[in-house]
Amino acid sequence: MTALDRKLIRDVLHLKGQVLAICLVIACGVATYVMSLSALTTLRGAQAGYFERNRFAFVFAQLKRAPLAVAERIGEIPGVRQFMARVVKDVNLDVAGFAEPAVGRLISIPEVYAPGLNELHLRQGRSIEPGRPDEVLASEGFVVAHGLKPGDRVTAIINGRRKDLEIVGVALSPEYIYQIRAGQLVPDDKRFGVFWMGREALAAAFDMEGAFNDVCLDLSPGASQGEVIARLDQLTAPYGGLGAYGREDQTSNRFLSDEIKQLQRMNLIVPSIFLGVAAFLLNVVLSRIISLQRDQIAALKAFGYSNLAVGWHFLKLVLAVVAGGVALGTGAGAALGLQITQMYTRFYRFPALEYQLPPQVVGLATCVSSAAAIIGTANVLRAVIKLPPAEAMRPEPPAVFRHTVLERLGLTGLFSQPMRMVLRNIERQPVKSFFSTLGMSLAVAIMILGRFSYDALDYLLEVQFRVVQRQDVTVALVEPTSYRALHEIAHFPGVVHVEPIRAVSTRLRFGHRVRRTLIMGLAAAPELNHLVNLQLHTVPLPPDGILLNTKLAQLLNIGLGETLTVEVLEGARPVRQIVVAGLSTELLGTAAYMQIGSLNRLLREGPSVTGAHVTADALEAEALYDRLKATPRVASVTIKQAALNSFRDTVIKNLLKLQSFNLMFACVIAFGVVYNTARIALSERGRELATLRVMGFTRAEISFILLGELGVLTLQALPVGLALGYGLAWFTTLFLDTEMYRIPLVVNLSTYGFAVAVVLVAALLSGLLVRRRLDHLDLIGVLKTRE
Amino acid sequence: MIEPVIAPVPGVAGANEPGRPAVFRARGLTKVYHMGEVDVHALRGVDLDLYQGEFVVLLGPSGSGKSTLLNILGGLDVPTGGRVHFCDQELTAQDEAGLTRYRRSHVGFVFQFYNLIPSLTARENVALVTEISRQPMRPEEALQLVNLGPRMDHFPAQLSGGEQQRVAIARAISKRPDVLLCDEPTGALDIQTGIVVLDVIARVNRELGTTTAVITHNAAIADMADRVISLFDGRIANVRGNAVKVSPQELRW
Repeated sequence: MTALDRKLIRDVLHLKGQVLAICLVIACGVATYVMSLSALTTLRGAQAGYFERNRFAFVFAQLKRAPLAVAERIGEIPGVRQFMARVVKDVNLDVAGFAEPAVGRLISIPEVYAPGLNELHLRQGRSIEPGRPDEVLASEGFVVAHGLKPGDRVTAIINGRRKDLEIVGVALSPEYIYQIRAGQLVPDDKRFGVFWMGREALAAAFDMEGAFNDVCLDLSPGASQGEVIARLDQLTAPYGGLGAYGREDQTSNRFLSDEIKQLQRMNLIVPSIFLGVAAFLLNVVLSRIISLQRDQIAALKAFGYSNLAVGWHFLKLVLAVVAGGVALGTGAGAALGLQITQMYTRFYRFPALEYQLPPQVVGLATCVSSAAAIIGTANVLRAVIKLPPAEAMRPEPPAVFRHTVLERLGLTGLFSQPMRMVLRNIERQPVKSFFSTLGMSLAVAIMILGRFSYDALDYLLEVQFRVVQRQDVTVALVEPTSYRALHEIAHFPGVVHVEPIRAVSTRLRFGHRVRRTLIMGLAAAPELNHLVNLQLHTVPLPPDGILLNTKLAQLLNIGLGETLTVEVLEGARPVRQIVVAGLSTELLGTAAYMQIGSLNRLLREGPSVTGAHVTADALEAEALYDRLKATPRVASVTIKQAALNSFRDTVIKNLLKLQSFNLMFACVIAFGVVYNTARIALSERGRELATLRVMGFTRAEISFILLGELGVLTLQALPVGLALGYGLAWFTTLFLDTEMYRIPLVVNLSTYGFAVAVVLVAALLSGLLVRRRLDHLDLIGVLKTRE
Repeated sequence: MIEPVIAPVPGVAGANEPGRPAVFRARGLTKVYHMGEVDVHALRGVDLDLYQGEFVVLLGPSGSGKSTLLNILGGLDVPTGGRVHFCDQELTAQDEAGLTRYRRSHVGFVFQFYNLIPSLTARENVALVTEISRQPMRPEEALQLVNLGPRMDHFPAQLSGGEQQRVAIARAISKRPDVLLCDEPTGALDIQTGIVVLDVIARVNRELGTTTAVITHNAAIADMADRVISLFDGRIANVRGNAVKVSPQELRW
């Protein structure tokens, strides 16, 4: 090892506190980067592999009932490589020891295995055998949630009759990676399960022999998905087709793709902040090292070290810090990525979700951090290279000070001598002061960013589950029915209030924009489903016309008073025109609402319902559930509290975990900036302070001069940080504005308070650390040595 | 070639002495520093020759231009006007890289404040130079020469001022330089220590034959030189040769 490299190592060791602080800041940036990118690679890899191996279909369509001969014609559509016509039915389940109703989705599979689409991955047990109509394969999530195993039975209520199903195997499907029922946000494995059943048995149970109600297709390479969908729609329309859609709109795949998109975005903002702060800190520390080592630089150049050799020496110092940060950050990022991946296994059911950290990710992290560090220190390195040796030999000229703006305004009398020193020093280095303030502000902002999502989701849950949805239970019926069904439900045990729902699948069209969505017909003044605006004031349901969710209106690019084309996807499939008569702000989904009478008229039907919102006495809940389960026409039952609980259990728990990462990161950045600022100030002014001590100043007095500067910078940073945090939160809401949900821009006061408190504590701690050094100031030594 | 400007004392400082090749030949050196709004004339026309193996003391008060002159001779600084030759090489025609090569191969520096790297031991400070030299001594050998063999693994902070300056000298001579340039080598030292340091410099000059220039404002030191060149206000005020060199131990100030 050369002597110069030894100097490098000792310089690093000598600066260990500051070097560690910067390493940690870099590490945070690298960690978030590695975490999100490795999680992204893992998810993408698992998704692509699974889709490929298990032949996930490209186009999906549901219909009411069509003879299998129609399926053959679907297979002849140009561009269709393979098709699978299935029977898919949702039923109520009765699981031993679970009082609440659960929904089971029964999907037909061939009784003898034949290569097809959406192939299952058998996790446990065996596949079904021909001639045994009771055998089913069950989805893993449901089996795990209920502690079931092969050999156990569940009861399905099919057309009012109880049918026992024997679970012979546990399976996964690429169609249900994210296993969710329509209208839900998060999986609820206890209340929704998928079962694969022999085709003959399933068809027999539902009178679907020789028929199908669900089809999925594989496309030939180069086929146009749009054309295939159009042809498919033509073929299925006479059979109650609900409109075909591509992979990208398939529910499970859509959630997974959204997650992947969010990871990609996360990849940019947070690491950039950290690396930016690290670059600034490196700049400050390196500038200081250079000014302390002027004579050494002069000596090196005098001995014949070239300018570049000296520059390279200091660049190596920078790169050493980066290397430390990247190493730490990669380790931490891999650990966090692994945790995230494990978290994903709770949501996403893959045959295998093996954490992957490709070397390119580490390579890229190294390049990006090095580039940030080099850009951040370029001006200092340039100065080292340019420094003429003869000039470096002389001590640095004394710093130029001026009276501060406040003093020039004639306010001199307001400040004590030490306070003047503090203010002049801040003003003398405006760029450094600015960046120190900015660094600490970013710490505050990151804290806010971390906690804000919690505030926002809390608000979202409050609005969605307390203000908007006021029912206890939502009942969906098998098909449109007369109001008699509601009267029956009204007399079920514990039921307090019932309100009708008429839901109809439609395709909305405005100009060239099209969206598939449900139109919900509600009571004229619904009490159990409030429609609200941003201020949470109730928006009345217009007697004529349609009320759109603002997100839906935005997607269709339509405004109040404009006319929308509604293509009804059931019954006679009429196409109607309707005026947009109202807008509501909803945070979940993209729905459209009408008064139920008006919707019935639009459909040219008599008064009919497809479901009901119900409030009920909690004490009689079990009896109510029993009755609902036993009612043939009830297709499914959704319990609001259960939905809320599963949301809290999953999403909120994970958010809290991510938030703890953010908290850690914000502490690091706050501490890194404050500690470095304090150490540099001490190094620059040690002589001055020692001189003051010699002159009789107390430790407290000189501490004030040094720490006062930090205090002023910190206090400046707080309001800026609060504003920045709010801005970052706003920016995040833009990214999280999806069709599934919108994150409202809600930041609680406690979040601001928390962010401020954390940064103040970090500032205080680093102040104390530096203060300890002040107490041990070597008065004689400092005065003797030449600066 | 620019003709020498008229020197204040007849003849160029060190005008051709027959038989001794000039190591340095400087003519008409001027140096102006721009310090904000004022121009400082550090050198106002200096002509100078230094000879092989010679021990020269540059004497003068603060601000007389002696450090500037030494820096220019050492390739650390460039003059505003005039020319300098080192043997056959014109220093004033060199670019930055050329000057770096020149310093690396030919010049050993000793500074008033030692300029040791505090994070390196005595041995490592010397190694810093031997690692980039063509035919250096071993660092240990250089430290033996300045009688620091037993303390070579100490850090600068563990050495006295005189010891630090001897490390600096060892560092300067370890590359076997053609010239040794010392800027106030005893400026920060007491008499006793200063004498030890001067003794080492004199020995290097005598035993290795290294052309040596020492800057000082201390007239007493002048007696140990072959030649004493006095500077005043950027000009050479006087040049005298010492018929008898006094050994450092006999110096008193």
